[in-house]
Amino acid sequence: MISRDDVAHVARLARLRLEEAEADRVTAELARILEHIDKIGELDLTGVEPTAHVLAVADVLRADKPRPSLSRGDALRNAPAVSADCFRVPRIQS
Amino acid sequence: MTAGLDPLRLTARDARRLLTDGEIAASELVKTYLDQIARVEDRVHAFVLVTADNAAKYATEIDQEAGATRGALAGLPTAIKDNMVTEGVTTTCGSRILGNYQPVYTATAVRRIWGDHIVMLGKSNLDEFAMGSSTENSAFGPTRNPWDLSTVPGGSSGGSAAAVAAGEALWALGSDTGGSIRQPAALCGVVGMKPTYGAVSRYGLIAFASSLDQIGPLTRTVYDCALLLRGITGHDPCDSTSIALPGEIELPAAERLDGLRFGIPTEYVSTGIEPGVLERFEQTVTLIEELGATCVEISLPHTEYALPAYYIIAPAEASANLARFDGVRYGYRSPHAGDLTEMYEATRGEGFGAEVKRRIMIGTYALSSGYYDAYYGQAQKVRTLVRRDFDTAFAQVDLIVSPTSPTVAFGLGSRTDDPLAMYQSDICTIPVNLAGLPAISIPCGLAGHLPVGFQIMGPAYSENLLLAAAHALEGAIGFDALPTFADSSAGARGADRR
Repeated sequence: MISRDDVAHVARLARLRLEEAEADRVTAELARILEHIDKIGELDLTGVEPTAHVLAVADVLRADKPRPSLSRGDALRNAPAVSADCFRVPRIQS
Repeated sequence: MTAGLDPLRLTARDARRLLTDGEIAASELVKTYLDQIARVEDRVHAFVLVTADNAAKYATEIDQEAGATRGALAGLPTAIKDNMVTEGVTTTCGSRILGNYQPVYTATAVRRIWGDHIVMLGKSNLDEFAMGSSTENSAFGPTRNPWDLSTVPGGSSGGSAAAVAAGEALWALGSDTGGSIRQPAALCGVVGMKPTYGAVSRYGLIAFASSLDQIGPLTRTVYDCALLLRGITGHDPCDSTSIALPGEIELPAAERLDGLRFGIPTEYVSTGIEPGVLERFEQTVTLIEELGATCVEISLPHTEYALPAYYIIAPAEASANLARFDGVRYGYRSPHAGDLTEMYEATRGEGFGAEVKRRIMIGTYALSSGYYDAYYGQAQKVRTLVRRDFDTAFAQVDLIVSPTSPTVAFGLGSRTDDPLAMYQSDICTIPVNLAGLPAISIPCGLAGHLPVGFQIMGPAYSENLLLAAAHALEGAIGFDALPTFADSSAGARGADRR
């Protein structure tokens, strides 16, 4: 059973701030969803190969030739904050 | 309305002929749809953004273009689901976190049909990041079903489906990760198709679950579906998971199903299907036999494990894909933060809606240390079993049929408090996403006053067979009902919302 502490831990891993009431609700919802998901445990999956991807293609490479890419201006166009032609972020530590 | 053009009935096939023959101008055609949007959009809310001025202006340019230099889809008015990036046109993905995002490039599928001179009417509404089955998870408010404004249009491509049903677009592009094209198509009484995984480039489709996502058409007819699909398929160097289909998409003409074998999976029709839906489904199966095909019961034994596997795989991939929304390079940034980590957490906490957070949490949990093998690893093995089920079935039959959705359109708000009930909407559509197969939903009648969808699934790369069979069946069904824009709850509230 997933606990409130588990939820707080996972939210930290996901860099997701949950308000108190939200965390309570999510804990209850996740418990129910995981219970549904646990149905998979009924199956004997010994020796079954996992499927990560359905296409029979692998290692698709293109020629290693330079080509035009996004301009600096375009790359920065949607940035919430810019400084000296770079993305600006808050200080790393308080 | 332009005389003679009925946006509720007009097909792309007819519109194209009228344009080519010079009987109508592209500007007239586009005006027909913009007028219909003006008339019904405040009730339906199919669009996040209507680009009326650009559409009208572009249609005039097409009218001035000589016939020979016009693209194959010139002048055809189209809605684009708002999770496909469009250069210079705001793309929100139904999320507050991308509320003001101005893409600097265009999704390949959209670029292809723009190259054919299609006219974009606007960006259609969706569940936030395409996560949902009702379009109620949009940060910009729900879309309503034109058949009954008190019900949902399905989702996540609910805006695209409602726009086509309401005559607000001739046709539309949607995306389908677990049924997000087919289920809303079913609930809105239109045609919707998910192609074989890889047939349409995902470049510029804002990623939800990369191994499942696929762009496809929502249209009024199967012929139109083929026409639009032909415009968007093809290998794209920008998407290394895209492939070229073995042959070009053919425009369907079949009227019979002689010699074809159809499988009816017992697991899809045994439980949980509404009686009205089951009745329409069984009538349609009778039609298949009358058209010369045989129908046999088959088994897809791992069907009941597809939904739980999907609800590990899709959220796991989503939790990784949505890591990029961090308030640094684009989108919303929370002002309520001190240092960088707080900024990430606050931005994502304030920017994402409840369902997106729920899926990020499931996915992060399933991928976290100590749980990876138990959840994600096991789900991928179930995926193998689901694929094998289909392989075995397609050794016996050519195509597989089922109801698209176990129910008709449900009431707005009726499932929003119960995520698991909402997830059940996709029980018939999720397995083919896990297996990467193509499937189409066509309207097969009404149950009460609401449309029912009939799903046909095929082996990988069987698009032409699927479209031919759907076309023949569509002709036999002869679905010609039209949405009423009525609100069945209006009487109960003692107010006519119209």
